[in-house]
Amino acid sequence: MAQHRRPMTPDSHCDHCAHHHELEVRGLTVCYRSHVALENAGFATSCGNCVALIGPNGAGKSTLLKAIAGLLPRSSGSIRWRGATVQKWHREFAYLPQREEVDWSFPVTVQGLVEMGRYSQLSWWRRWRPVDDRKVRDAISLMNLAGLASRQISQLSGGQQQRAFIARAIASEAHVLLLDEPFTGLDRPAQENLSVLLRQLAAEGRLVIASHHDLNTVPDLFDQVLILNRRTVAFGTVAEAFQPEALATAYAPAATA
Amino acid sequence: MPSWLHDLLSVPSLARSLLAALIIGFTNGCFSAYVVLRRGALVAGSLSHALLPGIVLGVMVAGKLTGWSSFLGALFAALIVVLASLAVSRVSRLDQGTSLGVIFTVAFAAGLILFNYLPGDVRSQVKLEDYLFGDLLMLDATDVWVAFGVGLLTLSLCTALQRTFLVTLFEPSVAAAQGVPVRAVQYLIMTLLVLVMVSALRAVGCMLSLGLVVAPGATVFLLTNSTRAMFWGGGFLGATCAAGGMILAHFTNLSAGAAITALLGAVFLLALVFSPKSGLLFRRSAEKPSAS
Repeated sequence: MAQHRRPMTPDSHCDHCAHHHELEVRGLTVCYRSHVALENAGFATSCGNCVALIGPNGAGKSTLLKAIAGLLPRSSGSIRWRGATVQKWHREFAYLPQREEVDWSFPVTVQGLVEMGRYSQLSWWRRWRPVDDRKVRDAISLMNLAGLASRQISQLSGGQQQRAFIARAIASEAHVLLLDEPFTGLDRPAQENLSVLLRQLAAEGRLVIASHHDLNTVPDLFDQVLILNRRTVAFGTVAEAFQPEALATAYAPAATA
Repeated sequence: MPSWLHDLLSVPSLARSLLAALIIGFTNGCFSAYVVLRRGALVAGSLSHALLPGIVLGVMVAGKLTGWSSFLGALFAALIVVLASLAVSRVSRLDQGTSLGVIFTVAFAAGLILFNYLPGDVRSQVKLEDYLFGDLLMLDATDVWVAFGVGLLTLSLCTALQRTFLVTLFEPSVAAAQGVPVRAVQYLIMTLLVLVMVSALRAVGCMLSLGLVVAPGATVFLLTNSTRAMFWGGGFLGATCAAGGMILAHFTNLSAGAAITALLGAVFLLALVFSPKSGLLFRRSAEKPSAS
């Protein structure tokens, strides 16, 4: 199992909170009944990075994201964030679902969706506060959705839908964004637009981890890459880890059988 | 006040029925938003069938048909059916919808069979139609109090827990990851559904109670993009149609349950055709998203 750590450089320092937060995933195993979807996967990265998660179908990309987000129970392994062990979920992690997992007909507007980001900050008895309104407004304008706030979520383009869910994550003050196939189904301009936004979020000190299936665009879009096939095949900066041998290992037919 | 309404309200039993119609219509209408969002109409339909054996059992145990005996009996039977369907879907390879399909028809048949074993004096007192279709004009004070209590409880819980309900309905897995006890919330929603349906039972009967707890939410769903509007709009529509249907029934000698359900159906049809958001008339102009 290859586990590289990006050397700390001054420019990877986190502006968002003036700290260099580390996310460390070790020995992560996730099973669906008897099927092992993820076995002993691990990597360590830090905020300020855009990490691509690649691997063949069934490699456990979604499973890894969901397990980090706390949506799936882990059979074994540990997740450490800012030096502390994450038990079930962490308030600073936000999971952004794959398009087909969202109920787009749900009667919720962009505004309503982003407001949901604040719910985890409020207990059910707590009133909505002015600060919640402000966070929602800021997140919406940061994602350039101000003109679309009253649109129902199915009435947005694919790129706008991604931005709406990112806005919700920002409103929830998430520091780690776990995106499941965010570029899928977007046309070229929307992809570029989204990649600029993700870069910007990482530059502000957030950690962006996204599953991705288009190998050609990995070097342009991401700083680091995690090649996965049920276990970690390679992890590191794109220059180090995004190598033909590792890809051949991960995508070899025998490995997926 | 128009004179016909004055005449109607001056008869205490009619005034009481109107009040009951407003309360039941409002509670059912509000809650129907959650039934629609949860895609729970099938479960609600099954429950409506399971109410029959419940009432009959309640009457058997209590010895007579009262608001309380039918309420408790129906509540018990509905809970049994829901739990049984969950259990069957867990232990077998059938999904909950399929197991409900089997269980609710069996429960209904059991109700029909049990009905024949009711003591003679009770059977002379009520007809099967009373169970199936209810009678809004025959409600007593207990029924109104039950409806009021259920309405108060349901609306308070739905208001207090609206954020929790919403995230659970929209993204159960994300809600669970954020520490929402999703299973408990889903059981709570089911329990409230049972309570709400049972409170409408004596007024509109087993068969038509389904309409009250689905149609208002379904109609408002076609008209709005806001869950809050769905909730309160459903309540407003439910109350209006229930009261309107009751008044219509009074002046035309129709069955009140049928008049209410027919009104709800008419409004639904109007929304289906004319809704500016998704109406059939405007389908073409409301065609899908623009480019980003």
